[in-house]
Amino acid sequence: MSTTEPTEESVRSEVGAWLKANWSRDLGLVEWREKLCESGWGAPHWPKEWYGRDLPVKFNAIVDEEFAKVGAVGVAKAGIRTLAAATILAHGTDLHKEKFLKRILTGEDTWCQLFSEPGSGSDMAGAVTRADKRGNKWVINGQKVWTTSAHKAHWGLLLARADWDKVKHKGLAYFVLDMKQPGVQVHPLKQMNGHASFNQVFFTDAEIEPEMMICDVGDGWTVATTTLMHERRGADGLRSWATPSDAKGRIYDEERAEIATVMEPYKWYPQRAGRVDLVMQRAKETGKINDPVIRQEIAKLLIMSKSAEWTARRARAAQNQGKPQGPEGSLGKLVASHVARQAARVHTYITGADALLSGEDGAMNGLIAEILISVPASSIAGGTDEIQRNIISERVLKMPRETSVDTDKPFKDVPRNIVSAS
Amino acid sequence: MRFSFSAEQEEFRATVRRALEARAPTKEVRRLMATDAGFERDAWQKLNQELGLTALHIPEAYGGGGFGYSELAIVLEEMGRGLVCAPFFSTAALATTAILNAGTEEQKKALLPGLAEGTVTATLAVAEDGGGTDPASIALAASPSGATWRLDGTKSYVIDGHTADFLVVVARRPGSRGEDGLSFFTVDGNASGLVRRKLKTMDETRKLARLTFKSVEARLLGSEGAGAAALAKTMQQALICLANEMVGSAERLREDALEYVKMRMQFGRSIASFQTTKNKAADMLVDVELAKSAAYYAAAALDEGDEDIPALASLAKASAAEACVQTAIHAVQMHGGIGFTWDNDTHLWFKRAKSSEILFGDANEHREKMMQAWTN
Repeated sequence: MSTTEPTEESVRSEVGAWLKANWSRDLGLVEWREKLCESGWGAPHWPKEWYGRDLPVKFNAIVDEEFAKVGAVGVAKAGIRTLAAATILAHGTDLHKEKFLKRILTGEDTWCQLFSEPGSGSDMAGAVTRADKRGNKWVINGQKVWTTSAHKAHWGLLLARADWDKVKHKGLAYFVLDMKQPGVQVHPLKQMNGHASFNQVFFTDAEIEPEMMICDVGDGWTVATTTLMHERRGADGLRSWATPSDAKGRIYDEERAEIATVMEPYKWYPQRAGRVDLVMQRAKETGKINDPVIRQEIAKLLIMSKSAEWTARRARAAQNQGKPQGPEGSLGKLVASHVARQAARVHTYITGADALLSGEDGAMNGLIAEILISVPASSIAGGTDEIQRNIISERVLKMPRETSVDTDKPFKDVPRNIVSAS
Repeated sequence: MRFSFSAEQEEFRATVRRALEARAPTKEVRRLMATDAGFERDAWQKLNQELGLTALHIPEAYGGGGFGYSELAIVLEEMGRGLVCAPFFSTAALATTAILNAGTEEQKKALLPGLAEGTVTATLAVAEDGGGTDPASIALAASPSGATWRLDGTKSYVIDGHTADFLVVVARRPGSRGEDGLSFFTVDGNASGLVRRKLKTMDETRKLARLTFKSVEARLLGSEGAGAAALAKTMQQALICLANEMVGSAERLREDALEYVKMRMQFGRSIASFQTTKNKAADMLVDVELAKSAAYYAAAALDEGDEDIPALASLAKASAAEACVQTAIHAVQMHGGIGFTWDNDTHLWFKRAKSSEILFGDANEHREKMMQAWTN
C-alpha cells in the first residue's frame, strides 16, 4: 500500500494493471463482482474495510474510463440497491454492512424503498404504517405504495411509526425488512397509462428482527433523509448507469438480463418526459412543420428544453468547480415538468386524430398516445410541482416556511387521512 | 465557457456592478431619463474610461481591450440590472460591432480607437418607419457622388440617434431589392441635410430618434453592395447583447419584488408567507434562470464562432423577451398598488422590459427565425 496521495495517473495505472491481471469475460457475473469487492475497484470511493479503497469520489470517473477501455463490467449500480448501500454506509451497524453491502455490489440481492403511503405522499413523514414491539421482534402492519420492483425485491427499506406519543418526525423508525415472508403481500398498481410499474405492499404482522432497525426509534426520519438525498442526487444516474453493453459473452448476457429486469418498470419514463427528441421528426413527417401556429409551439418547446439542459449544465459546472450551489441547481425538477407538458401539447398538435388511437392502431404504434397519458406523472412523481415551488421559495429564496399545524402535538392527535383497506 | 464564468470574469462583473451601483443609482437614472440627451457626456466618459467598457470587445490592434462577447455580455447584463443611462448599447453593441463586421482594415484603424477610448459615441441605423430590421425593409437610398456618397430617405427607432457623434447607416443602391445592393456607410452626426428628431419614448431610459436624410454626405464602410452578410451578423450579435442586457433587468426586477414581499405585511403576516406569492416567486426564478442560461450560452457561442449563431441569437432573444416581460408583470403585481405608481421604481424596468421585448423583433418573430434556421 502506498502512503503517497493518489493522483489521476497513479489511480489510472493501478486500476489498469489490476484489470489486466484479473478481468476476464469468461467469468460469471457474480464471480467477477466478488473479485471487485475483494479488490475495492468496484466502489473505489467506499471505505477500505467495506469493499472500497477510500479514494476521493472524483477518481471514480478515471476508474470507469479504465473499465470501459477493456470492456470490464462494473458492480451492480442500477435500482434501489444503490440507495440501500448509501443509507447503510452512512447509518448502518457493522452487522448491516456485513450482511448487505457485498450482495448489493454483486447484484445478488435486489431492494425496494417502502416510504410512500396512500395517506402520505408529499408529506412522507406522516407515515402511519405501524411498527410494534412484540416480545423480541418488531411487528409491522399497514400499507406502502408506489414501490418500484417490490415484487422482485429481497429486502425493503422501511419507514414506519414506532412511537405515536411523539411528534410527527420523532416517532419514526427505519428498518430493513425481509420481503420474502408471509406477512408481506405485493400487488401491482395499475396506472392511468396502463402500465403497472409500481406496487402496493401490504403488511400483516410482518416480522423484523430487532437488529434490523437502523439507528433508534425516533431517528427514522433522519435516516430516510439520507436515502432521499441520494435518490435525488442519483435520479439522473439511475438510468444512465444501466446502459447495457452489446458485447458478446456470458458475463455480458448476465449483466444485460440484470439491467433488463431493473429497467423494466422504467420503460415508459422517456414518454413521461415528453419525448422532445421526436418532435422535429414528427413535425416533418406529418407536414405540420409548415403550420405557423404549430411552429411557434414547437419553438417554445425547443427553447424551454434547450434552456433547461443548459441550466442543468450550469449547475453541474458550478458543482465541478466547487462553487456553492446557485439557484440553477434547484430548478430542474420543476422545469422538467414544464418541458413535458409543452411536449405533450406539441405532440397533440402534430399528431391530430391519430393521437386518438393507442397501441398498434395509434401513431408510432401507440407511442404518441402513451406520451399524452404519461406526462401527468412528471409533475407528481419524485416531488410534486407544488412541493418543488415550496422548496425553491423557502430554501433558495428564503421566504417564510409554511405554517405547520402538525408538529406541535403527539402524532396520534394529528388529523389524518382515512385509508380504506383494499 | 458556455456554462460558467471564469474567476476573472466574475471579478470583472463584481467591479462593474460596484461601479454602476455607486455612480448610476436609480435616482440618477430618473434624473438622466428626463433630459433630452438621456445621459451626461462627461460623467459617462469618465466611468467608461475607468472601466474600459466600450474598449472591451475591440481588438487590441484598434486600441481595444481584446476581450470577447462574453465580457461585453457581462457589462450589458449589469447595465440592464442598473438601467444605466448611457450610450453604451448604441456605441459598443451596435456601431462597434457593425464596424468590426463591415469595415476595412483601414476604416477599423480610423474609427475604432475613438470608440474604444470613449471620446466618440456612435450608433447603428437600420430600421426605418416600419420598424423592422430585415434587409427587405431598408429603403434609404445611397448614390455615389465623387469620392463619397449621398443618402436620401429616413431612418427611425435609432438608439441614441439624436446624440451620436457619428452614425453607421445601412442603405441601398437605388433600384436594388432584398439583400442585394445593401451597404454600410458612416455619417457625421452634424452632417448637413441630416435632421435628427428625438422621439417621445414609452421607455424613457432608452432614447430613440428619427433621422431624415436629404442628400447627406456619407462614407462607404466596407465594400459597396455587399452589406447583407455583415448586417445579418451584426443583428445576431446585437440580439445576443440585448438578451444579456434583458436578463440583467429581469434579475433586478425579480430581486426587488422578492425583497418587497418579504417586507410587506398584510393580515398580520408577511405577504411572502402566502403560498400564492411563494409560487409566483419560484416561477419567476425559473423564468429568469432559463433565460440567463440561453443568453450566456449564446454569448459564449459567439466567442467560439459557433455556426448555429443565427438560431441561438433568436433563441436567446425570444427567451429573454418572454422572461423579462413576464417577470416585470409579476413584479408590478407583487408590489400591488404601489407598483403602479410613478414613485416606485418598478415601472422603469417594466418599461425597459417592454421596449426590449419589441426592439429588433419580438418573441414570435424570433421563434419563427429560430425554426427557419433549424429546418432549412
